[in-house]
Amino acid sequence: MTRQRAVESIRSLKTAAWLGWQIESNWASPFLFAVYSIAKPIAGALILVLMYMVIAPGGVQNPLFPQIFVGNAFYIYVAMVLMGVSQAVVEDREHYGMLKYIYVAPLNIHAYLVGRGAAQAAMATVAVSIMLLFGIAVLGIPMPPASIDWGMLFAAWVLGLAGLAFGGIFLGGISLITARHSFYVGEAVAGALYLLCGAVFPIDVLPKPLQLVGEALPLTYWLEALRRALLGHGAGELLSSLTDRVLLLILVGSMALLAVLSIGFYRWAENLAREKGLIDMQTMY
Amino acid sequence: MSYPTRWEIFWRTVMGRAYPRVVGMQRERSWLFFDTLLPLLQVSAFVFIYRAIQAPPEFTGFVVLGGAMTAYWLNVLWSMATQFYWEKETGNLELYIIAPTSLMAILLGMAIGGIVGTTVRAAAVIALGLLIFHVSVSIVSVPQLLGVFLLTLVALYGLGMLFSSLFLQYGRQASHLSNLLQEPIFLVSGFYFPVRALGFAAALGASVIPVTLGLDAMRQLLFPTMMAQFRFLDVRIELGVLAVLSIGFLWAAKRALSHMEDLARREGRLTIRGQ
Repeated sequence: MTRQRAVESIRSLKTAAWLGWQIESNWASPFLFAVYSIAKPIAGALILVLMYMVIAPGGVQNPLFPQIFVGNAFYIYVAMVLMGVSQAVVEDREHYGMLKYIYVAPLNIHAYLVGRGAAQAAMATVAVSIMLLFGIAVLGIPMPPASIDWGMLFAAWVLGLAGLAFGGIFLGGISLITARHSFYVGEAVAGALYLLCGAVFPIDVLPKPLQLVGEALPLTYWLEALRRALLGHGAGELLSSLTDRVLLLILVGSMALLAVLSIGFYRWAENLAREKGLIDMQTMY
Repeated sequence: MSYPTRWEIFWRTVMGRAYPRVVGMQRERSWLFFDTLLPLLQVSAFVFIYRAIQAPPEFTGFVVLGGAMTAYWLNVLWSMATQFYWEKETGNLELYIIAPTSLMAILLGMAIGGIVGTTVRAAAVIALGLLIFHVSVSIVSVPQLLGVFLLTLVALYGLGMLFSSLFLQYGRQASHLSNLLQEPIFLVSGFYFPVRALGFAAALGASVIPVTLGLDAMRQLLFPTMMAQFRFLDVRIELGVLAVLSIGFLWAAKRALSHMEDLARREGRLTIRGQ
């Protein structure tokens, strides 16, 4: 029985990932799609570059710049995975009118949602890789392969993606029981996290109450771990006292907590949606 | 029985199309909250970047102003440029085309409604931004500031009207094109830094987007001391170029609409959904 469930989950994930990829990419020729996938993140990164060039002492040679650049690059995952998973609920329910059929099909809904997010994660991986290569080749950010802590990078990357997938399921639960506001949920959460987790500045510069919120977010530790793995040091003073091992332990713990919370919340939201007949509601299109 | 004149029909259409934009926005209050919150979060992030690198306080003002103008650019992209595509998908476009009125009036109504609604959001972003981050401004000339702002909006929404016809012909690519025109335009138009930083030639190229010149001129009129070293062009020149862009985009929008109407009649594919 357990094996059958595992097979079903893997099949759901693979099919959903393929579906997500088709939805994202089949509107354009591969060339146009590649331009589209590259132009947005590069433009986002260049805004930061220009801000530094205009005002920071030393421009992009400023010691803070590599940390900010890496944080900004990896933040692409946050926006794409969180929104990819949560908006799958809205799109399937309201745009394509398919959510009710997904619920009557023999699949694992959590795996299905994660699969839809996996397509976004794949696109984000391309964008992040391009940005990092751009940073190394054009902006001269020092990231020699020999000095990268590959083990920590991989561990942090996997834990972060898992955490984001669970975060997406949590937001998917909110989308399931909300009407036309749900389109904004992922965007609002991603925007708030961008400000609070120190993606583009050390959280030391935030006012004290916001610093505390930032310190409570797993994403703050995720970005710190990625910076340490790639650059050899993190951003700011607040997290500097934590060892690499403690950082990874925090990530493992928070990921486990997020998994329990998000699956539990999604189940509750799902039951509520069934009771109130919200699975096939139409409020947007 | 008396029939309304062409002008009466035109203005009734403008008002009729503007009405749901203004009223609709007020009926879904949560959108007002999110439309103010999201740019404010972005603005706050950029403000803290400048604080982290010890930028002069005027740069906070640059970011707040840029953040407020993003509301207009996003409105132009999502509620003007892609609008005819959505109207086609929901079946309204064919009704627009056979209605005894001008498509230009419909677009103008969308623009006026959009400007009114977006101004509420932009004003909220500016007010909250000024309050939270304690930005102080010294206005050089109120008439010039108003002139720049209004001309920027006319040119910007003229561009939106032009995009509306063009995007319609791209079918499903319309929403992706709008997505693509966000960050790259935030970059080249200098939403979060003075556009002069891109270099004169790049800034000149970016001037085809009205916000580029509008933002530069408004920054010069609000933060004259700091902008003395970052200004791109003289404000009077920018006003002149914005006036030319306004007329040019409105004329081009009219031509593009005529072309689109012609296509609709000859090929009939503009009313096919799901393209």
